[in-house]
Amino acid sequence: MSGATVSFHNTAVPWQLPSRGKVAMASLIFAESAIFTIFVVAYLFYVGKSLTGPTPREVLEVPIFFTVCLLSSSLTIHLASKFLARGKQSGFLALWLLTIVLGGLFLYGTGQEWHRLIYEHGLTISTNLFGTTYYSLVGLHAFHVTVGLVMLLMVAIFGIAGRVGVSQSERIEVLSMYWHFVDAVWVVVFTVVYVLGR
Amino acid sequence: MSSNVITIPGIQIEAMPWVDEFHQWLTTVDHKRLGILYILSALLFLVIGGVEAIIIRIQLIHSHNNFVSPEVFNRMFTMHGTTMIFFVAMPILFGFANYLVPLMIGARDMAFPRLNAFSFWLSFFGALLLYFSFLGGSGLYGAGNAPDAGWWAYAPLGARAFSPGHSFDYWTLSLLVSGFGSMGTGINIIATVLCMRCPGMKLSRMPLFAWLNLVMAGMVLLVISPLTAAQIMLLIDRYLGGHFFDTQAGGSAVLWMHFFWIFGHPEVYVLVIPAFAFLSEIIPVFSRKPIFGYPVMVAATVSIGFVSMSVWAHHMFTVGMNSYANSFFAITTMAVGVPTGIKIFNWIGTMWGGRIQFKVAMLFCIAFLFQFLIAGLTGIMQAAVPFDWQLSLSYFVVAHFHYVIVGGILFALFGAFYYWYPKMTGRMLSERLGKWHFWLFFIGFHLTFDVMHIPGLLGMPRRIYTYEPGRGWDTLNLIVSIGAFIQAIAILIFVANLIISYFKGAPAGNDPWDAWTLEWSVSSPPPAYNFATIPTVASRRPLWDQKHPEDPDSRYE
Repeated sequence: MSGATVSFHNTAVPWQLPSRGKVAMASLIFAESAIFTIFVVAYLFYVGKSLTGPTPREVLEVPIFFTVCLLSSSLTIHLASKFLARGKQSGFLALWLLTIVLGGLFLYGTGQEWHRLIYEHGLTISTNLFGTTYYSLVGLHAFHVTVGLVMLLMVAIFGIAGRVGVSQSERIEVLSMYWHFVDAVWVVVFTVVYVLGR
Repeated sequence: MSSNVITIPGIQIEAMPWVDEFHQWLTTVDHKRLGILYILSALLFLVIGGVEAIIIRIQLIHSHNNFVSPEVFNRMFTMHGTTMIFFVAMPILFGFANYLVPLMIGARDMAFPRLNAFSFWLSFFGALLLYFSFLGGSGLYGAGNAPDAGWWAYAPLGARAFSPGHSFDYWTLSLLVSGFGSMGTGINIIATVLCMRCPGMKLSRMPLFAWLNLVMAGMVLLVISPLTAAQIMLLIDRYLGGHFFDTQAGGSAVLWMHFFWIFGHPEVYVLVIPAFAFLSEIIPVFSRKPIFGYPVMVAATVSIGFVSMSVWAHHMFTVGMNSYANSFFAITTMAVGVPTGIKIFNWIGTMWGGRIQFKVAMLFCIAFLFQFLIAGLTGIMQAAVPFDWQLSLSYFVVAHFHYVIVGGILFALFGAFYYWYPKMTGRMLSERLGKWHFWLFFIGFHLTFDVMHIPGLLGMPRRIYTYEPGRGWDTLNLIVSIGAFIQAIAILIFVANLIISYFKGAPAGNDPWDAWTLEWSVSSPPPAYNFATIPTVASRRPLWDQKHPEDPDSRYE
């Protein structure tokens, strides 16, 4: 059928497709959830199987304040993107910076906890199974918080330069999906490490 | 020249200098070029992995052979398995998906062209990392110059004590890096299929090829992630002194097996679902009938996707799980045969009563039907736990999964080459060389892998570098090795066909097979922008509607 003239009648049909950014972020979150699941399974599988101390009950303290910081940052980023969608740039920027501060506080909390565990209790990643699984799971989450903070900071810089407006609203929503995911993972990690695993 | 190609009158485009051409290929974000890059790099590694297979088969051609040392033999089967799964099968299927999905759904490119290029280069450099172990693996210092722990690298073989030097690190990093590439491609295919369809292309009107690749992409996200997580844990064990798989500190070797096979078994379906996708396009066209049972095909694929996620531990019946776990995984493994059987039924239903054209592409697909059925049946045999206890880790298993991967996936891939090569290059592959390729490969395949079941039943374990004479294995192994050489000759004919036809093949035109999906509506090879005007479709076979305005499919929807 070489050379067959093929043309399609372009009658307008109502046609709406989902946003590719949101679909892609949802897919990424799906894949990341599977990675976290494997680490959580490993953590739960090894609870109480360490041959030497220290044990979680001896050394872990529940980080309530920093957990509240991280979880409330989900609220602030949600409000920030709502402000942006309505074109209120200064409100967006203020809440965005607050989100970064809350995320940064959480990361500081993790660092403080690790410092205490390493220098006061001598728990490192190679001490026992608890150390191995604890630092990997919490570290994997902290890594995701760090990546999220870098992206939030980039948006903040563009925002301060006045380059983030309503037209970027959808991209900001995609980024906030990621941040919500990081927060939701913390709920799981918190439950596993500080509630079930202690 | 099709009306779909924009031509500017009075302007002659001169051929670019080769440096510019090369630069364009290196920096391309075009889904068609990336698809071809995927396919070419996979073909390169197919030849490398094939040479490794031939080395294995020469070593086993008779008892007490000294062709390679035991150490080299271990490296060869490790590299062969890793290469074929990660750097041949996955990239080549991603390549076809990349090339065809946007064309089939009436899009101008993938949803994220730059992510697409990034994914390809991750996969390619992942492969290079694996082969860099020959240079960088501290082989000169006596540590072994390539990974040799088998492609599943059971703990504690992956620990530093048993895999010293860096060769095993290259294995880990290579799977990690190419795994990120696979995730990128998975995300890209999902976003493309869901968000880039042309007007009228509802999910229920998509070609089955796009549907099946959507399911495959979803599985990639779910399947590659556990492997990635396990590789991160392995790196922590090797470099930070962690104890995930360190039994001396209370760690578990069985946990690694679970993590590996949660990836490893669904991975088979990640590979075979695109093969199903090829069949679902090729068989209808050469049977001159629309696909039989389209909604059931979609449902069967989705249910394979779900069920196959819960069968992994049938690789571990001999580990000593309790009888509840054994029963569960035996039942799920048998259950996954049901939707697969539905698919085979539907392809036969498509051929039934059709005017079948025995082109080379169709020959490969018909061979697939029989061979995949047999592969499935030996799989069901091994789902029976006592039978598996007898034959696990024997050559029976090796024969079984090569029947799936070579007899199934590779045959479907060859069919896809003969079917879509005209679209990708504008030239037909030679049918005469193709028939030689098909029959030689068919005979070689059956010589090798039919016969290979028997030494397995006689008790020949896999991964042994040699064996005693007088056990009744010698003649069988000789036949298996001869079959491997015949397959190698067939592959050489195939490669020759690809090269010769590229320069001397008959011009293909837009639509050499009188097919019905959108990729055949544009020129061969398609222009960079695919569609000058985005088409609007009203049925599952938009090109049929075009060619038969008196009796369009859309009338019956």
